[in-house]
Amino acid sequence: MKLDSKIPEGPLEQKWSKYKKDMKLVAPNNKRKYEVIVVGTGLAGGAAAASMAELGYNVKSFCIQDSARRAHSIAAQGGINAAKNYPNDGDSIWGLFYDTIKGGDYRSREANVYRLAEVANEIIDQAVAQGVPFAREYSGLLANRSFGGAQVSRTFYARGQTGQQLLLGAYQAMMRQVHAGKIEYLPRHEMLDVVIIGGQARGIITRNLVTGEIKSWEADAVVLATGGYGNVFYLSTNAKNSNVTAAWRAHKKGALFANPCYVQVHPTCIPVSGDYQSKLTLMSESLRNDGRVWVPKKKGDDRHPNDIPEEDRFYYLEEKYPSFGNLVPRDVASRNAKIVCDEGLGVGETGLAVYLDFRDAIKRDGRETVEAKYGNLFDMYENIAGENPYERPMRIYPAVHYTMGGLWVDYNLMTNIPGLFATGEANFSDHGANRLGASALMQGLSDGYFVLPATIGNYLADVKPGTRHGTDHTAFVEAEKAAQENIDKLLSINGKRTIVDFHRTLGKIVWDKIGIARNKEDLESAIKEIQELREEFWANVYVPGEKNNYNKYLEFASRVADFFELAELMAKDALDREESCGCHLREEYQSEEGEAIRNDEDFSYVAAWEYKGINGELKEELHKENLEFEFVELKQRSYK
Amino acid sequence: MTIHLKYWKQDGPDVPGHFEEYTLNTVNEHMSFLEMLDVLNEELQLEGKDPVEFDYDCREGICGSCNLVINGQAHGPKAKVACCQLHMRNYKNGDKITIEPPRAAAFPIIKDLVVNRGAFDRIIEAGGYVSVKTGSAQEANAIPIEKEKSDAAFDYATCIGCGACVAACPNASASLFTGAKLAHLNHVPQGEVERSNRVVAMVDQMKEEGFGDCSNFAECEAVCPVGISISAIAEMRRDYMKAMFS
Ligand SMILES: Cc1cc2nc3c(=O)[nH]c(=O)nc-3n(C[C@H](O)[C@H](O)[C@H](O)COP(=O)(O)OP(=O)(O)OC[C@H]3O[C@@H](n4cnc5c(N)ncnc54)[C@H](O)[C@@H]3O)c2cc1C
Ligand code: SF4
Ligand code: FES
Repeated sequence: MKLDSKIPEGPLEQKWSKYKKDMKLVAPNNKRKYEVIVVGTGLAGGAAAASMAELGYNVKSFCIQDSARRAHSIAAQGGINAAKNYPNDGDSIWGLFYDTIKGGDYRSREANVYRLAEVANEIIDQAVAQGVPFAREYSGLLANRSFGGAQVSRTFYARGQTGQQLLLGAYQAMMRQVHAGKIEYLPRHEMLDVVIIGGQARGIITRNLVTGEIKSWEADAVVLATGGYGNVFYLSTNAKNSNVTAAWRAHKKGALFANPCYVQVHPTCIPVSGDYQSKLTLMSESLRNDGRVWVPKKKGDDRHPNDIPEEDRFYYLEEKYPSFGNLVPRDVASRNAKIVCDEGLGVGETGLAVYLDFRDAIKRDGRETVEAKYGNLFDMYENIAGENPYERPMRIYPAVHYTMGGLWVDYNLMTNIPGLFATGEANFSDHGANRLGASALMQGLSDGYFVLPATIGNYLADVKPGTRHGTDHTAFVEAEKAAQENIDKLLSINGKRTIVDFHRTLGKIVWDKIGIARNKEDLESAIKEIQELREEFWANVYVPGEKNNYNKYLEFASRVADFFELAELMAKDALDREESCGCHLREEYQSEEGEAIRNDEDFSYVAAWEYKGINGELKEELHKENLEFEFVELKQRSYK
Repeated sequence: MTIHLKYWKQDGPDVPGHFEEYTLNTVNEHMSFLEMLDVLNEELQLEGKDPVEFDYDCREGICGSCNLVINGQAHGPKAKVACCQLHMRNYKNGDKITIEPPRAAAFPIIKDLVVNRGAFDRIIEAGGYVSVKTGSAQEANAIPIEKEKSDAAFDYATCIGCGACVAACPNASASLFTGAKLAHLNHVPQGEVERSNRVVAMVDQMKEEGFGDCSNFAECEAVCPVGISISAIAEMRRDYMKAMFS
């Protein structure tokens, strides 16, 4: 299989405008003859559904939650990047592009990332016009702050609720189109399969999560905006319903899955407190603007943190990385937290935590200023941890947060299956081996508002309008049958271990062996353990309830089954990549100071995996898309 | 600690429901309320019993999925938190806790503690937006907004759409939810153009959905997890009257 990324010719700055100039268009009166399915209503799906409906396409929008407004994007806290350069601190589209490519450790496509940086400014304009209440200065103009991996202030924010406000903007735009009759709105519907006819994606199979009904939907194109797969770790900052099912089932139908081992671990989360823990809560990276990260210099120093004097504190990020200090990128911050905890310097009951201290910021700016910036985050911390962060440093530890890997797409955001598109966190496209803060919201909205509505037209222009095979076509009938059988099977096992028990056990394997640091031996044993546990799952899981009723445990069982397969692919991918890059740290490939060492000679490629069947072992074939760097020079990242 | 639970079970919208009881001995003060229910469900399953269904997603107080009524209070005893952010340290050994779904004609029960809040979507659909197409926006800083005004709009924009206000209201009114969206959009210049059409469309839809009227009980404000101010309702009424008589 030859992977064609379809990157337009020409200078970097002109590729997207040239693409738009050259692309095929669908006439307005023809647009209404096309049906487009959008699965997912997060920033990527919500924005795409609204924008395509505004253009005139007939859109069907699906999501798991009871309302589109509850998609996981709602939880994003810190902000969204754009190179508006309002602070006049030397920012530019090139600067945003360069930081993103570098932040991703040179494992993403130049053309995609440049387009992202280019489109970002329009996102801010669009959101403001919708009434999104971004933070403002006293002048009435928009405010910015800085985020990890950048030395300029280019992050727009809405208190600590940027995702909520942006998602509500997209949701409201979407509901306007529901009102106009251009979107058929189908919440509490889970996609279980994609249907391919004549090599093209022609529809999906869903389960109605209230009635259990399995149903076919036909369309001219299918967009998967179904988010990331961080919940394979069981504990992550993702919402509980986040899952890989849509992407994974598409993968099993032939869509390539790219870079599955690139998983971002966020450095600032509230640490685990016990076995019952169901998820981890992120404390926004923006806190690192004012909070200082430290651990006691002495092992086992159990003094109250406020009683530990300056000379006994190890501000390890500031000392090791003087120019970026507490604002090093996430992978660097996470890895260093693990290193100091592994050395026995960690704090709290479990020793798996470091301090994030606001004492100096409060002294410098006053409590009120700190409260205005982070009030809701501090409240959230106090609620969960039961300690007051104005008075005592927060305890934080890294947690799984974002998945850079995902469905392989070309410059059009189309997978290798014609008519099947993937956007937002569900695709692999823009963040390479590590995503910078405030750039997932940027990517989701760039894909949704601006890129996909253009590129999908370029595809549909070649599809004869009104082509229908009917949902009684064998491809639909067979996919429905398979979906039903999978559910019946899960319900019939009637074993002894609960779904949560299996998922938690799987998560622990993945966290221990495919987590912050990896090595060959661990990865090989992870594969065995995953296979064994998967086998036990299919023989011994207990799924309660019925199929024709609301049944959250049944939903989870079907998602956990997919996580079991994905986990094995993650280990395979991590094994294949014999280098360290971004979030992927192979212990065999690091410098003496523990810095990642890339191998551009042999690994400057996107690993795109093709599903070849599963039978005890998962069979996958690797395809490589070589990354060409024409415009930036590859460097070893340094934040020192 | 030990907690005595009493929770609502109901198989579907049209069948009668009932309470079930269970004593949970493994509760830990650091657990969130929903984690306590997870533990309950694990025990129930291991005993071959039917777990209790409840809605959740983010477990961070932002998605608005969770909406339990705990000992008669929407989102439970702690002010300004959604029940997923309520922790068991707010309870003590031996406490009795009754858990019910929010009860309102406009929120039919789907199963156990899970209800259908589609009515909220339809209220937004009726007009809860600024009608701006993708691509037709002007440069963001071309619309300066006084910081105070923008902050005030923000306070209303934080509504998470949970429906606790409806559950707490003796009339099952959705006025706080509807008022919050109107106040958000009315406090920024972008929302001004459609102000009067918007209020009429949304208020009429709210009535059509079967929500009750507001009689100023202010129970909604007391339970709202994000502290939406009841002044939103007064503003909504004023605007509605103005729109009707102009
Ligand atoms: C706590 C937290 C804070 C964050 N903060 C920031 C930040 O400050 N800045 C930033 O840039 N990024 C941030 N991120 C990352 C960012 O929020 C996400 O990457 C982004 O929102 C993903 O958007 P999405 O539209 O791709 O997917 P999601 O928002 O995850 O939406 C997925 C959608 O797909 C639907 N879905 C999934 N599977 C199916 C299926 N099988 N059938 C039907 N529907 C399905 C879901 O119902 C949902 O509607 C944060 C993430 C977390 C967890
Ligand atoms: S107004 Fe408050 S209580 Fe009502 S839906 Fe919004 S957040 Fe929930
Ligand atoms: S689960 Fe999201 S607000 Fe409670």
